[in-house]
Amino acid sequence: MLTRDFLSLTGRSLLTHKLRSFLTMLGISVGIAAVIILTSIGEGLHKFILSEFTQFGTTLVGINPGKTDTMGMSMGVFGTERPLSIEDAQAMKRLSFVKSVVGLIQGNAEVEGNNRTRRTTVYGTGTEFPDVFSMPVQRGQFLPSDNPFQPRALAVLGSKVKQELFGNDNPVGQRIRIGGDRYRVVGVMASKGQVLGFDLDDTVYIPLARGLEMFNREGLMEIDVLYHEGTREDTVVEGIKRLLTARHGREDFTITTQQQMMDVLGNILDIITFAVAAIGAISLLVGAIGIITIMTISVSERTAEIGLIRALGARHGQVMMLFLGEAVVLSALGGCVGLVFGIGLGQFLTLVIPALPVHTPWSYVVIAEISAALIGLVAGVLPARRAARLDPVEALRNE
Amino acid sequence: MIKLEQIHRDFQVGDQTVHALDDINLEITQGEYLSVMGPSGSGKSTLLNLIGMLDHATSGIYTLNGQNVTQMDEHQEAETRNRHIGFVFQAFHLIPRLTAAENIELPLVLAGMSPAERYQRVEQALKAMNLIERAHHKPDQLSGGQRQRVAIARATITEPAVLLADEPTGNLDQKSGQDVIDTLETLNKKGITLIVVTHDHHLGDRSHRSLKMVDGRIVSDRSHVQAET
Repeated sequence: MLTRDFLSLTGRSLLTHKLRSFLTMLGISVGIAAVIILTSIGEGLHKFILSEFTQFGTTLVGINPGKTDTMGMSMGVFGTERPLSIEDAQAMKRLSFVKSVVGLIQGNAEVEGNNRTRRTTVYGTGTEFPDVFSMPVQRGQFLPSDNPFQPRALAVLGSKVKQELFGNDNPVGQRIRIGGDRYRVVGVMASKGQVLGFDLDDTVYIPLARGLEMFNREGLMEIDVLYHEGTREDTVVEGIKRLLTARHGREDFTITTQQQMMDVLGNILDIITFAVAAIGAISLLVGAIGIITIMTISVSERTAEIGLIRALGARHGQVMMLFLGEAVVLSALGGCVGLVFGIGLGQFLTLVIPALPVHTPWSYVVIAEISAALIGLVAGVLPARRAARLDPVEALRNE
Repeated sequence: MIKLEQIHRDFQVGDQTVHALDDINLEITQGEYLSVMGPSGSGKSTLLNLIGMLDHATSGIYTLNGQNVTQMDEHQEAETRNRHIGFVFQAFHLIPRLTAAENIELPLVLAGMSPAERYQRVEQALKAMNLIERAHHKPDQLSGGQRQRVAIARATITEPAVLLADEPTGNLDQKSGQDVIDTLETLNKKGITLIVVTHDHHLGDRSHRSLKMVDGRIVSDRSHVQAET
């Protein structure tokens, strides 16, 4: 049989029962639309979260005290390991591939200024912080490079803290109190917004040594290293490891590269996308059952017709193909409609809820359409086989 | 051209074995006009289905055009049916969603013939059956006689050697029935082997040779010379 004739015969029989074909198709459409919209949200989330992280740059390596092989906050912060010191950070600056190094300590403190008080996150850090984390200063300057061990009492405000304390006034040069100590404001950070729920603008930056003192800590919570682009990541990790091991006498720290972070995060997000796709797939399954039902009915209704075309010289295979063809056309068309619905709904969601990241990759569209056709094929096998196996004599007797 | 030797066809009904065909020996030559008569359940239709290769003998040898049909595989059987055998049924068995012309060309479509070639043959068949004006009508817009003529056109479109008709006039009124018989006899005169299963004695008498079957056996086989020829 010619492909053209095959398609025409298939199309004709589907068009005979327009409503029935439409409803069956709709089952698959809903399934495909569900898969597309859910994976689109999953994928959008994926991209969104990764971009939140990559905004700090990809040539970033974090060093935390304590040795762990797993993710999560190291207990070394409170433990007995030798703490990461300002000297460690200083030493790392001498490594050839290092662009900038910055130590970090974080705590909460009351900030008082312009007769107002606000409790906020205080970062003890160094002059290279804006560089390492790609966070520009909006007004004034960041912390100057003082003697790291005896820095002056200078502070930089996050944009929200500045707004809360000083409104639209210029705070640069103003005196504030942080945790009871007097500081002079030298700059204001540009607004950075929230990253995963942390408000990066509700912060105050003070010199590292003063932060250690304020929070009564011996060691840094983290050292972040920005390395020159084009350096291999393992070279960086090895270099830092060798240096710190030499300084500490053993490997009592954990190095996390941005790439590792991204990989782990990417994996988690992939699983999420997969999970929501699986939920969507349930509705696809229901659609597939619809196809099986309708094709089974169709085979029994057309029993005499099957007997006839066998009598006219159709082989088993041809009968099977005709019915399989109907199932595949139904599901493939349903898939197309579902794609349009799914993508349209995604676009609509983006319009209505701009904060919700929706992204439909082309590969998903192609995979969804192929799986729709495959579902039709699988769902059609049983009824089609039944049709092909009918005894033509019995079938012809059926009126 | 058709040769049946010691053909048996048994059916299992419950725990009983029914002998639908019981030791049938029959030879039919090219161009014969044969009627098969007998009461219901005598095995007429089974015989016809067997000759048409829709049914298979339990034992015995069936030779068609010198080929042993009993040993053919599914593929060869289908092809033989398509090319050498035409069926006409009491219930017409037209596909309701296809037009008369499309019903007629179905065997050619199944055989994979190109549309251009098909078109020619279908035109010819329509003309021969006097159906040109009805070509694009669906079966439900046709009269019974027209439907059966469409079915005959379909059965003969591949120019088969044998035309098998199972009660071809059973669903038709007197006049349409006569029409259909005339059509079938014209085809026979052109050389096709015509085998008709019927209850209708009038039709049985017109044939050149008539078989009478009872309980799966051929009880009489007589030839009668047609007065009109």
